[in-house]
Amino acid sequence: MVASLARRFGDLDIAEDAAGEALVVALERWPADGIPPNPGGWLTTTATRRAIDRIRRENQRDAKHQAAVMIADPTPHEPTGHVEDDRLRLVFTCCHPALAPEARVALTLRLLGGLTVAEIARAFLVPETTMAQRITRAKAKIKAARIPFRVPDADDVTDRLGAVLAVVYLVFNEGYLSGAGADPLRSDLSDEAIRLGRLLRQLLPDDGEVAGLLALMLLADARSASRVAGGELVTLGEQDRSGWDRDRIAEGHALVRECLARVAGGGRAPGRYQLLAAVNAVHTDAPDARSTDWGQVLRLYDQLLAIEPTAIVALNRAVAVAEVDGPSVALALVDGLDLDGYHAWHATRADLLRRLGRAAEARSAYDAALAATDNPAESAYLARRRAQLAR
Amino acid sequence: MAQYLLSVASTEADYVGVDYSSPEIQQMFADTGAFNDRLQAEGHWVFAGGLTNLADATVVDATGTEPVVTDGPFAETKEFLGGFWIIDVPDLDTALKLAADGSKACQGKVEVRPFQSEPS
Repeated sequence: MVASLARRFGDLDIAEDAAGEALVVALERWPADGIPPNPGGWLTTTATRRAIDRIRRENQRDAKHQAAVMIADPTPHEPTGHVEDDRLRLVFTCCHPALAPEARVALTLRLLGGLTVAEIARAFLVPETTMAQRITRAKAKIKAARIPFRVPDADDVTDRLGAVLAVVYLVFNEGYLSGAGADPLRSDLSDEAIRLGRLLRQLLPDDGEVAGLLALMLLADARSASRVAGGELVTLGEQDRSGWDRDRIAEGHALVRECLARVAGGGRAPGRYQLLAAVNAVHTDAPDARSTDWGQVLRLYDQLLAIEPTAIVALNRAVAVAEVDGPSVALALVDGLDLDGYHAWHATRADLLRRLGRAAEARSAYDAALAATDNPAESAYLARRRAQLAR
Repeated sequence: MAQYLLSVASTEADYVGVDYSSPEIQQMFADTGAFNDRLQAEGHWVFAGGLTNLADATVVDATGTEPVVTDGPFAETKEFLGGFWIIDVPDLDTALKLAADGSKACQGKVEVRPFQSEPS
């Protein structure tokens, strides 16, 4: 509803407030008068009236003209097609590149996810006033700079969609990576990201990267219950696979198959989300860690490294190299990467050194990894591994 | 429609010791001229201009009883306004696209700022 009001009035504050007011009116009246035959339509009509009232109050001189335009607006707002179009416009507005990345995340969660400012603030560990300010400032910029409520043109949509997918994936990782048994709100964030992923998929059913991102999130989230045991991080190889969510895995696999078929049928080459989803599909396809098709994982990382030649991708590829060509080949690759401040780089080095029997070097690598992580479950895992090293 | 100021960042190096006959500078002038022509042809043009070096600036302050005239800019900064366009376009997306083309043409960073709308 906020999305459709925002399109109608071109103002997020008015849309949000009007929707809120309509809900309050509904809560007062419906218990007494009964729920109207078309609750959604009732709410939209009420909210539209409230919004027009507000514009009249705020803008006396122009009010008659504007209200006349809006009342005369022939666009029907009932059919779901329009609602979906409006939500899609809103996604692109919230994730506009002219907004600061942290503001994009906050706006998306607020306006599409419907989370409260307090919830978003808690999830990102910032004071509520800071988060409220961030959102207010972003909304003010949308208004003053006239960031349009519009799905970008065909030649821009791929770039702009990249920014949207990045926001959703960031929300997911915020919940997934730091969620290790700590704050339950953070696993709500991964659920919210999956919900947003499903919404995007519904809005853009033919886009491979949209399907890839949803598959990636489902396949990662399917393993979340097995990722932590007794307060300690459990690596993929040691996870109890009977604890994996089979429904999510089946859904993720179906999406990955769909992506493969689209690429095989002459579609665009897969992007990062489809490739990462495929990596996760290989892992979740193996009944146990030993039967993982590491050759396939390595080929997927080769493709990913070609389109995204970053040190982080190279590090993840090296993990697959260790399984295919052995830990010493992988260690040479890892040592060549400039990732000194990154805990996963130290943890990967530590594990490779351990497997090569170089206990003293492994020990100092574990120390460096421990120093670089704040996550208690990961610290517990690293400390245990360090203690198991031969003297 | 809304108006935006596209300002181009310059540094001292853009003014001092520049060889105006060099092919790069000539190309930059030609590209900027072509961009200006396009703005006019597409109906986005309001005004544009290039400024002389920051050293030529004078600050006038008449907020007190008597106007005070001082040599120099508001503040000495490494980057300063070297030139600008004022354009009239439907929304920020159009302004950002034109800013990208303008930046490419004049070979400088461009800041996009909306004008305040008319008080109603």
